[in-house]
Formats: sequence, C-alpha cells, structure tokens
Amino acid sequence: MEETVVEIRGLKKAFGDLEVLQGVDLDLFKGENLVVLGKSGSGKSVLIKIMVGLLRQDEGSMKIFGQEVSTLNKKELNALRLKIGFSFQASALYDSMTVRENMEFPLVRNVKNLTKAEITKKIEGLLDSVGLPQSINQMPSELSGGQKKRIGIARTLILNPEIMLYDEPTAGLDPITCMEINNLIVQVREQFNTSSIVITHDLTCAKVTGDRMAVLLDGQFKAIGTFDEVFARAKDERVKSFYDYNFIES
Amino acid sequence: MAEKADDKKPILSKKIDKFFTGLANAWIFFKRFFQEVFFPPYEFKEVINQCYRIGVESLPLISLTGFIVGIVFTNQSRPSLTEFGAASWLPSLISIAVVRAMGPLVTALIAAGKVGSSIGAEIGSMKVTEQIDAMEVSATNPFKFLVVSRVLATTFMIPLLVMYTDFVALMGSFLSVNKNEMVSLSTFFVQVFESITFLDITSSVFKSILFGFTIGIVGCYKGYNSSKGTEGVGKAANSAVVISMFLIFIEELLVLQIVNAIRSA
Repeated sequence: MEETVVEIRGLKKAFGDLEVLQGVDLDLFKGENLVVLGKSGSGKSVLIKIMVGLLRQDEGSMKIFGQEVSTLNKKELNALRLKIGFSFQASALYDSMTVRENMEFPLVRNVKNLTKAEITKKIEGLLDSVGLPQSINQMPSELSGGQKKRIGIARTLILNPEIMLYDEPTAGLDPITCMEINNLIVQVREQFNTSSIVITHDLTCAKVTGDRMAVLLDGQFKAIGTFDEVFARAKDERVKSFYDYNFIES
Repeated sequence: MAEKADDKKPILSKKIDKFFTGLANAWIFFKRFFQEVFFPPYEFKEVINQCYRIGVESLPLISLTGFIVGIVFTNQSRPSLTEFGAASWLPSLISIAVVRAMGPLVTALIAAGKVGSSIGAEIGSMKVTEQIDAMEVSATNPFKFLVVSRVLATTFMIPLLVMYTDFVALMGSFLSVNKNEMVSLSTFFVQVFESITFLDITSSVFKSILFGFTIGIVGCYKGYNSSKGTEGVGKAANSAVVISMFLIFIEELLVLQIVNAIRSA
C-alpha cells in the first residue's frame, strides 16, 4: 500500500465572499509528483500555502506526515517546514544577497555546527545539480528568469526536504527554459527522493513532470488521475476545454 | 491572494474601522518587537550590517546639513544679538539651540526621509515579491532578521548621528563666529560647554533614542504590511516618512514638556 505523505480532507478557504476552496480532498503519495491544474485564481496556490502554514484553512483537515498543520504551534510548524521545500512563482530570491548568501541563509539558521567548508561544499553541490555552478557569487538581478527558478529550487533543496511544492514553475519562461525546468523537477524527484506537488496551468509541464493530475475548478477537484485518465476520459466539458486550449507535443 | 478586510461589513464606517484596525495592528507589531528582541537567535551580523548602512552611509548628507545649519543659524542670529550688544553670546546661543533641539530634530528628520523611506521600500518590496514568505517557509524568522535588526540599528545609530550633527553644526557655527568675531576655537568651545548642562545632553540622547526607534519601527511596520504590488511599496515608503516625521514632532513636544518640568523643579 502506498504511503500517504499529505492528506487533505474537506478543505475550505474563502476570501470575503469568494470561496476559493470548497471542501477539497486530495492525497499525495510518497515519491510521486502530483500536478494540480487549474485556471488562474482557482485556489491552487492557496492550497500549497495552507500546507506550509502561510495561510490557514476555514474548515477541513490538512495532514502532512500525519500532523494536522493548523493545530501545530510555531516550533512544530517550523520543524514541519524543514521537511517541505517551497519554490515560489517569482523565485523569491533575496535580492540584497548573492546566490551563495541566498543558499546559506536557511542552512546556517537551521543546521548548527557546520564548518565553512561544509557549507560551501553543499552549496556548490546543489548549484552543480541545477546546472549553475558559475553563479555562486552573482546577485539575483544578474540572473535570467530561468536561472532564478533554478537557484530558487536549489535553495529549497539545501535543507533536504521530503516534499517539494512548486508554485507555477514555468510561468513567464520561454518554451526551451520551460522544458529545462520540467526536466529539473523530474531530476529532483529522482536525485533527492522527494514527493512533489506542482501547481501549474501549463499542460506540457503537467505531462512531463506529473505522475498524477488533479484539476481544480470552481473550488473542487473535478478530475484526479494520470494524464490520460484525466484528459482522455474527461466528462467535464471544462476539463476537456483545458486540454483543447493547450498544445501538447507527443 | 490576501484576505480583504474591506469585504467585511464595517462596524462604524469603513474609514473609522480601518483606522482602528491599523492602530491595533501597529500595537501588535510593536509588542511583537519587544517579544522577539530579547530572545535568541540573535541576528548580530545583520544588526551590524544595518548600523553601517544607516550610520556610515548617512554621514555625507548629515555632515553637509549639520554644517549648513550651524552656519545659517549663526548668521541669522547675529544681527539680533548685535542689536543688543550681545554678539559675544553667539556660541552659547548656538550650542543651546543645537544640542537641545536642532541637532536631534534635524538629524531625525533627515533620517526619517533617508532611512525610513529606504526601510519601508526595501521591506515592502520583499513582502510583495514573497521574499518574506520564502524566509518564513524555510523555518527562519523574518521578523527577527528584517525588523528587529533594523529597529535596533536605527535606535543605536540615530543618537550617534545626532552627536555627530551637533559637532559638525558647532564647527560650522565656529567658522562663522571666528570669521566675524575673531573668537578662537578654544574660547568658542569653552563658551559652548559652559552653556550646556547635563540635562541638555541626557535629554538630547534620550530624544535621539526615541526618534531612532520611531524611524525604525514605523519604516518596518509600513514595509511589512504593504500590499497591492509596486503601488503598495511606494505608499509604504511614503507613509513611513510622513508618519515618522509626524511622530518625531509629537515626541519632541512631549520630551520638551518633561525636560522643562524637570528643569523648573
């Protein structure tokens, strides 16, 4: 039986009168890449922000490694956050710090007694993994959009997370860079043995990176399954149209 | 996506509700600073980094302003004093004016403009580009790193800048006095130190600490609570300056009342 690392049940979240999540259920299994698809403003990002405690649900349950996120105190939440890597849509690199300092920032504050040599080795190793070893002393303003994404992913990997959350990893990138990021997401899963949730509305990204898809429409998951299960046998017209409006290379 | 307070039904009116909600949030922010500042982990490196940015990088502007204030105030006061045959009192007058009021006030207003706006804009842009969220999800404390370090740095550095401004303003005044009244440096400073009291210096330092804290906490609060993208960042920087300046004048007035009460006691 597959081990569940994230278990979401009846999750509801509203902003004023707008109910973005209307009682969603979802499971993330160990080692899988789950893609959450949906149009802009459908609540995809809200879902993963609730996972890391940046937002709090109105109702329902969000369990990660069996722990209910909303009931954790600050210390417990931080302990849980160490197991989760969050790659932000706009990379969220600290723009007053170099790439090295960006990567050192979470490491030195969470892992004690590391020597300078160990820190450098770890940073260089991760920059190698994302294909940007030469960027170590650059400022974020000197990097392209794709490079920022890669560094952002490397920074989240520095704490050896067990779950990776990618918020729109290919948004605003050219098709070639998108493909590189998609391949990196797959590589991260294989190399670091992570379970991932990828939030996107890019079907190419979904097809390349995802083992399973979950389509979020009107605050609920309208279809969950493999890419073919979701789109080939789609009954919901909006799920079908989601596919029709995207060009997928075979 | 941010929660919209505007969507809730107002209790009194939208504006009044917003004002009181703002006050409550500011109080929570203020309280959180004191809850965080005394407990580890301490961000010493960032405090020193901010002290350098706030202190050293403000020196050119402070030097120029202080020097000009010293010269201008001396030249403006001379005709009146000469009329009463009291031009020899210029060093005393200038020292009292500079140490008691002008030094702290001029430094604080310049710092509110330069440092307050920069803190508001920097933290505001970090907020809207999710950099603060990124710190939070990596199990680090952004409040300690961004807010506590900056507020401590302004609280430490503004008093030092005030002392420096006092010195530079007095030097500017000395140049003018030396040129017109042929007073030597030692005579000038003997008169300066004879005029100012211990209470003048302590009240000036106390005021400067208060001003520094105000500039830091207001800048951080405005930046930390900014929203609505780049427009919000601009507003945060702008309101950080306006509110800091307003509070600085109020504090100046309050401290003046207290010091006068002590002096007359």
